[in-house]
Amino acid sequence: MRLTLKIWRQPDAQTKGAMHTYELDGVSEDMSFLEMLDVLNEDLISKGEDPVAFDSDCREGICGMCGLMINGQAHGPEVTTTCQLHMRSFKDGDEVVIEPWRADAFPVIKDLVVDRGAFDRIIQAGGFISVNTGSAPEAHSVPVPRDDATRAFNVATCIGCGACVAACPNGSASLFMGAKVTHLGELPQGQPERDARVVGMVAQHDAEGFGGCTNIGECTAACPKEIPLDVISRLNWDLHAALRHGH
Amino acid sequence: MTDMPDTTLTGDPSHDAPGHEHGDDAAGYYTPGAPIADTKAPGGPIDERWSTRKFEARLVNPANRRKLDIIIVGTGLAGGSAAATLGEAGYNVKSFCYQDSPRRAHSIAAQGGINAAKNYKEDGDSVHRLFYDTVKGGDYRSRESNVYRLAEVSTNIIDQCVAQGVPFAREYGGLLDNRSFGGVQVSRTFYARGQTGQQLLIGAYQAMERQVAAGTVQQFTRHEMLELIVVDGKARGIIARDLVTGEIETHLADVVVLATGGYGNVFFLSTNAMGSNVTAAWRAHRKGAYMANPCYTQIHPTCIPVTGSHQSKLTLMSESLRNDGRIWVPKKKADCDKDPREIPEQDRDYYLERIYPSFGNLVPRDIASRAAKNVCDEGRGVGPEVDGVRRGVYLDFSAAIERLGRAGIEEKYDNLFDMYARITGENPYETPMRIYPAVHYVMGGLWVDYDLQATIPGLFVTGEANFSDHGANRLGASALMQGLADGYFVLPHTIRDYLADGPFEKVDENHPAVVEARKSVEDRVAHFLSTNGTRSVDSYHRELGNIMWEYCGMERTEDGLKKAIDLIRTLREDFWRNVKVLGTAESLNQSLEKAGRVADFFELGELMCIDALNRRESCGGHFRGESQTEDGEALRHDDQFAYVAAWEFTRDPDSESEGMGAPVLHKEDLVYTAIEMKQRSYK
Ligand SMILES: Cc1cc2nc3c(=O)[nH]c(=O)nc-3n(C[C@H](O)[C@H](O)[C@H](O)COP(=O)(O)OP(=O)(O)OC[C@H]3O[C@@H](n4cnc5c(N)ncnc54)[C@H](O)[C@@H]3O)c2cc1C
Ligand code: SF4
Ligand code: FES
Repeated sequence: MRLTLKIWRQPDAQTKGAMHTYELDGVSEDMSFLEMLDVLNEDLISKGEDPVAFDSDCREGICGMCGLMINGQAHGPEVTTTCQLHMRSFKDGDEVVIEPWRADAFPVIKDLVVDRGAFDRIIQAGGFISVNTGSAPEAHSVPVPRDDATRAFNVATCIGCGACVAACPNGSASLFMGAKVTHLGELPQGQPERDARVVGMVAQHDAEGFGGCTNIGECTAACPKEIPLDVISRLNWDLHAALRHGH
Repeated sequence: MTDMPDTTLTGDPSHDAPGHEHGDDAAGYYTPGAPIADTKAPGGPIDERWSTRKFEARLVNPANRRKLDIIIVGTGLAGGSAAATLGEAGYNVKSFCYQDSPRRAHSIAAQGGINAAKNYKEDGDSVHRLFYDTVKGGDYRSRESNVYRLAEVSTNIIDQCVAQGVPFAREYGGLLDNRSFGGVQVSRTFYARGQTGQQLLIGAYQAMERQVAAGTVQQFTRHEMLELIVVDGKARGIIARDLVTGEIETHLADVVVLATGGYGNVFFLSTNAMGSNVTAAWRAHRKGAYMANPCYTQIHPTCIPVTGSHQSKLTLMSESLRNDGRIWVPKKKADCDKDPREIPEQDRDYYLERIYPSFGNLVPRDIASRAAKNVCDEGRGVGPEVDGVRRGVYLDFSAAIERLGRAGIEEKYDNLFDMYARITGENPYETPMRIYPAVHYVMGGLWVDYDLQATIPGLFVTGEANFSDHGANRLGASALMQGLADGYFVLPHTIRDYLADGPFEKVDENHPAVVEARKSVEDRVAHFLSTNGTRSVDSYHRELGNIMWEYCGMERTEDGLKKAIDLIRTLREDFWRNVKVLGTAESLNQSLEKAGRVADFFELGELMCIDALNRRESCGGHFRGESQTEDGEALRHDDQFAYVAAWEFTRDPDSESEGMGAPVLHKEDLVYTAIEMKQRSYK
């Protein structure tokens, strides 16, 4: 198939960017979206033009490195990561608009590549269980009800891609935080630090310039791992409980 | 140890292909060197060696630790766990990764699970059995002391991960669940649905971020190590490029740890991440670290087949699927393009169950892969024809769906089934999956002793980047175990013996060795940007990958390997003269990053072929066409090859700075005291 691609080009963080249009022919439906961009880049290189910079690593939907706004949707039209989106979701003659994540807390580095360092700093502020290596008790000493373990797992699947932030009109990272707070809060091991965790993470979130949650729900619709909206209720609930406990 | 249907190995070279003159296949391609040995493993009974070593390794007092700088390159299971643990101990850690966050290291992609000798199932498992299975699975080409230790610390890993909040699968009673994996007959694999690597890595990542907050670990993301700094014979730092600004940075330390993962991308197509590379290890190799058994490659049997020339990577379908899926191809070639559901039972060849009745679909990976290649070579493959051959076999879940119900299968594998459907556009609940082997893991890597120290003092290597634990073939769910064993429980003990002599004299940034390392990186960058050639980096990489897959893949022969070496050398020359890298050095430049990685893959590829050429035996993932039994099974030659091939880099004086000369081969004899060497049999 033949596509018209409109792609955001920006040489670096300081320089202003703009949309550029490219025509690409010979796209097969078995290609992944990023393989389609690889083909474009080979084409650009052969013409002596700078290839389009975009992030990807695992290309199997698990590392969270990739992420593009495709026709205004984070990760494009399917519920999956950009790297797992395949060209069979498009048809001959389509126009495809490709932009980077747009959020104050994710500044553009180049073209479609953004800086998501803020996510690491949110985790540093409390997204862990403090247990030094070697000090753990025997694994079976604390049984965990199967349903709790399953619920924890279901939200622990967050890949930290940032689509939730990109999709949110407020640029909030509440879904990302809610997923972590729920993952650790569902488990007995996570209880001792539950209050400190949520307070620390939320404070860092706000300091990074992410916006507040107004319950729009675009985040969960864009999330490739289908993290449910109720993790945000859980986040708020835990935050209020922590504040009540005097944090 | 006598519970397996093994036959004692004869090692009789007369089993070799008839008419062959037994010479030295690799003569002329290498120089013989002095033998090498591990001097760190204490003697004595195997189950006491690790305790002895931990006791004998000197301590560093807590006040001194914060004066000691440790560089750890890599944030996967091996590097992330080490950074967290050494940070907790109070050392000053600098951690590097090329991705934008430590959490994205390729360990994240591991699906199936992690082994541990917990024996929660009371099915006869034990440390000794895990040790035995791993040595046997590795086809008796690993070092027994290291493997025993791995089995020994495996149980601590599970405890640690559970305490960190890793949500392993559990049974209704709230206790941990296990599954079984290829090559073993007990259930000892812990898992978190099909995302075990992700969950373990997030645990290590969170532990590491906690240390970042505590100020003991400094993280450098989007940084790529491009050179090792060796001063007075000791590893003292690295040269790294900030991938965002392009700045070439010097980082100095008392000790350097490489946890940089595997080099499967030398084949271009593999299940590795796009950025997985050999550069860190190869730069260390060029500086004096020996590379061990580089030709030992694991070709994983269950990956999604190639669809066309645009393909950028291959996707694994976890081996755990072989627990419930049955592998087959049509008996008749004429059936190969039929709808599989219409082929009656009696016309299907469940070839693994037929050839290996006692292990069936759960034979080790190397055996399953070669069997798939054989049936496709016979013309009984399925799926679309690529270059005139159908390269695929069915992995069929219909019996399992009948037995467990669709919900039962969803619970175990839903993410894998979804991924398959997304990539192929076919629904595996309704029609059998199609799979084919792909490059997945490398057992080879930098040579290390029992302390995980390379041949350069002060350089330690952990995880997939070293060679030590898996011999010629790795069993499923053992790499995650090794990465975390190395990082949480082994390295933190062994590194202190080295650091007990520190802090070492500070190295000046103007020291000639530092200046030289920096300059070589700058020169390389400048070279690529000024070549102005005509071919893209990817096009070279793809061509190199094809050569490797064709001649150094699932089956290797003397003629093929020699041809590959010629082809690689010619292509490498052309690459240096004719590669086209656009853009600048002072910004994010992905072509430039790739050019450096591919340059190193070229040299590695040649060494892999030389190693494969030298090893005229079949063992584990290394199958030499000249060394097989009458029914086509791999044939080892313990009398000639029961050694680790540790290669030393030499420079070709006639070539320009990047020139690679004939490597020097150092042999480490493998001696087994706790286990008897046998010819593997899974029949
Ligand atoms: C798809 C897949 C599935 C797997 N499934 C399983 C499984 O179920 N069970 C199992 O036991 N094993 C499995 N394996 C194998 C296992 O996942 C890996 O061997 C293991 O995770 C490697 O861990 P590591 O820490 O050594 O390296 P990695 O996790 O690959 O980490 C490498 C690190 O090094 C960094 N790095 C590399 N080069 C440089 C450089 N030059 N400069 C700076 N940083 C650098 C990277 O940024 C990264 O942080 C699987 C592998 C794959 C590919
Ligand atoms: S919550 Fe979903 S969208 Fe947000 S970072 Fe996690 S996986 Fe991505
Ligand atoms: S590249 Fe890893 S999730 Fe897309």
